[in-house]
Amino acid sequence: MELVADILERNGLVFAFVVVGAMMMISGFLSRKLTRGRLQGSAIAIMLGLVLAYVGGVNTGGESGLADIAIFSGLGLMGGAMLRDLAIVATAYGVDLQEIKKSGAAGGLSLLLGVIVSFIVGALVAAAFGYTDPASLATIGSGAATYIVGPVTGTAVGAGSDVIALSVAAGLVKAVVVMVGTPMIAPLIGLNNPKSAMAFGGLMGTTSGVAGGLAATDKRLVPYGAMTATFYTGLACLLGPSIFYFMLRMMLG
Amino acid sequence: MVLYGTAALALCMLVGMLIGEVLGVLLGVDANVGGVGFAMIMLVLVADWLRRKELLPKPTEQGMLFWGAMYIPIVIAMASTQNVAEAVDGGPMAIAAGLAALLAGAALVPVLSRIGGQSEPLPAMTEEEKQEA
Repeated sequence: MELVADILERNGLVFAFVVVGAMMMISGFLSRKLTRGRLQGSAIAIMLGLVLAYVGGVNTGGESGLADIAIFSGLGLMGGAMLRDLAIVATAYGVDLQEIKKSGAAGGLSLLLGVIVSFIVGALVAAAFGYTDPASLATIGSGAATYIVGPVTGTAVGAGSDVIALSVAAGLVKAVVVMVGTPMIAPLIGLNNPKSAMAFGGLMGTTSGVAGGLAATDKRLVPYGAMTATFYTGLACLLGPSIFYFMLRMMLG
Repeated sequence: MVLYGTAALALCMLVGMLIGEVLGVLLGVDANVGGVGFAMIMLVLVADWLRRKELLPKPTEQGMLFWGAMYIPIVIAMASTQNVAEAVDGGPMAIAAGLAALLAGAALVPVLSRIGGQSEPLPAMTEEEKQEA
């Protein structure tokens, strides 16, 4: 037993291919048998992955879900930012450049709107839960943009570490609900063409959320959504600690 | 040579990342600004150029297509390494903030999709495409 675990640990990435392959097979089977193909296999696999990530996180107290369990550590490399970004870039192969040009205006506007809407919604929720100081509101609003922006704003404006931790949690929740929720709301919001995918990517901004959510909806939309989402975090890091914070300070005196 | 395709893809990603990083420094933000996006646009242009010069034989193309096809498995691995425990631990406020951001953003998708004329939905996936996914 120890021997097996040792081999799996030493060949982590290779074992990760087996694990994900098994997850996809189970999900494909469930998709066909339980939902008659209505819910895509990849959507089920992503949900299964999130459940396993929760189990792993609770059992180890670590930050990387299932990858915190030694024999599954290869999942961290396979699903890490490096290979994820390489695969996202690869999906652009065969993308229609005309489509991007046509959707450029909508995509750019979606970025700005997406950042502003997330800030406002996050700050409103924080206010509803009893926060009144501009630093906390700005930090949680930034967390509602993505979990990277929360700490950036929080550190810059001097928010408490508990508030920064909450802002990260808000961003993580967003990434998870975008992954799970996108295939469900896609028919309601007309998310079935490249232009709406570009708008969606800009409005959501969370790269992991958009990457997972569009994969579970329609793989062909991925490059369009990912392309705008990739500008979001930078824009939010720019606006969060500056304009957004100053506006809150002005409004709250 | 299959690696030529992968190498071209990798080079596009690295150059894109570099642009994003420099842009971040110039803007004074601690983040990569659009690196992946620049890399994608570069790949589209480079692939188009290579194809016209007839420098994109099938094996080379395969080296790029493979990584595009690996996208969904990679995303599943990514899902299984998310910090879901902390997201749940964040309590009702974190969950409300994350959920509200999704709903508010999603509600704007139909509005923005109208800019510059309606787009046609993609055609239904063929059996072959379903197999790939």
